[in-house]
Amino acid sequence: MTVWPVILGMGVATFAIRLSLIVLLGRVDVPPLVQRALRFVPPAVLSAIILPELLRPGGTLDLSLGNARLLAGLLAGVVGWRTKNVLLTIAVGMAALWVLSVM
Amino acid sequence: MPSPRSEFVAGFKAELPILLGVIPFGMIYGVLALGAGLSAGAAQAMSSIVFAGSAQFVGAQLFRLGTPGVIVVLTTFVVNLRHMLYSASVAPHLRHLNPKWKWLLAYLLTDEAYAVVITHYNRTSDLPASASNEHWYFLGAGLALWSAWQASTAAGIALGTQIPASWALDFTLALTFIALVVPTLKDRSSVAAALSAGTVAVLAAGWPYKLGLMVAAMSGIVVGLLVEAQRPFAACKERTEA
Repeated sequence: MTVWPVILGMGVATFAIRLSLIVLLGRVDVPPLVQRALRFVPPAVLSAIILPELLRPGGTLDLSLGNARLLAGLLAGVVGWRTKNVLLTIAVGMAALWVLSVM
Repeated sequence: MPSPRSEFVAGFKAELPILLGVIPFGMIYGVLALGAGLSAGAAQAMSSIVFAGSAQFVGAQLFRLGTPGVIVVLTTFVVNLRHMLYSASVAPHLRHLNPKWKWLLAYLLTDEAYAVVITHYNRTSDLPASASNEHWYFLGAGLALWSAWQASTAAGIALGTQIPASWALDFTLALTFIALVVPTLKDRSSVAAALSAGTVAVLAAGWPYKLGLMVAAMSGIVVGLLVEAQRPFAACKERTEA
C-alpha cells in the first residue's frame, strides 16, 4: 500500500473541517447533539487504541501478570493521573516495560 | 490600530510558551512514525500536509496495523471533528477577510493556535474585526506553531533512525495516548465512553479492515451521550427521594 494518497486524504479531511464554518458561518449551525458528542471523541478514540495495545500485545488476549505492556501501561496510567505530566508518563511507562521484559 | 507587523510579532510571542509542550511531542511523533514503518519523507509530509498532532499519532498507529486508506481517512475525520467548533468560534473574526486569508488561517487552525488566538480575540472584542489587524496576530501564532512542529518532527526523525527496534519504541504511542486520555476522564459519562470504547475495541480487534477502532469509537461516543442524558434525571430522582 502506498501511503501518499492516504496522507493527502488525511490532509484534505483535516483542512475541510477547519475551513468549514469559517466559510459557511451564518448558513449552517452545528446541531446541539453533535456539539455534545464532540466531547466524547477524545476519551473514546484514545481508549479504543490503548486497550487493545495493552490487552492483546501479541495479537491474542493476555490478562496474565506476564503481560509486561499491561503492567507498564497501568503504572503509566497512575503516573498520568497523579502528575498530569505527559513526558513523565511516557518515561515511567517505557522504563517499566524495559525492566519487566528483562525480568 | 496596531500595525500588521506588531500584531504578527505579538501573536508569535504569545505562542512561544506553548511550544515547550509541543516540541517534545513533535519529536516523539517523528520517532514513532518511523517505528510504525513510515519512511522519513512520509513522516515529515504528514506533519506538513495533515498538521494535526493527535490525528498524526492515530494515523501512524493505523499505518502500523496495515489499515486500509479509507479507514485511515475516516478515522482522521472523526479525530479532528472538534476543530469544527474552533472553526465556528473564529469565523466571526475572519468574516471580512478574502478567501486567501481564510484558507491560510484555516490551515493553521490547530488546538494550540486556537487557544492563544481566541484569548486575544476575546480581550480585544470591543473593536470590530474589520477595523483591526488581528488576523496578523493569528498568522504569527499559527506560523510559530507550524515552524516548531516541522522542526521537531525532523529532529524526531533524525533521532528515530538511530534507535534499535529492541527498545520497543512503538509502545511510546500507547503511553502518549494514556497520558492524553487521563485528563479527559472528568466525569461519569466520559469514563463510560472510554470504558465502552476500549472494551469494544478489544473484542473487535480481529475485525476486517481494522473497522474495530471506528466502531469502538462510535459506540463510546453513543454510550457517553446516553450516560450524560440519564444523569440529570438521576440527580432529579435523588433530590425527590431525599
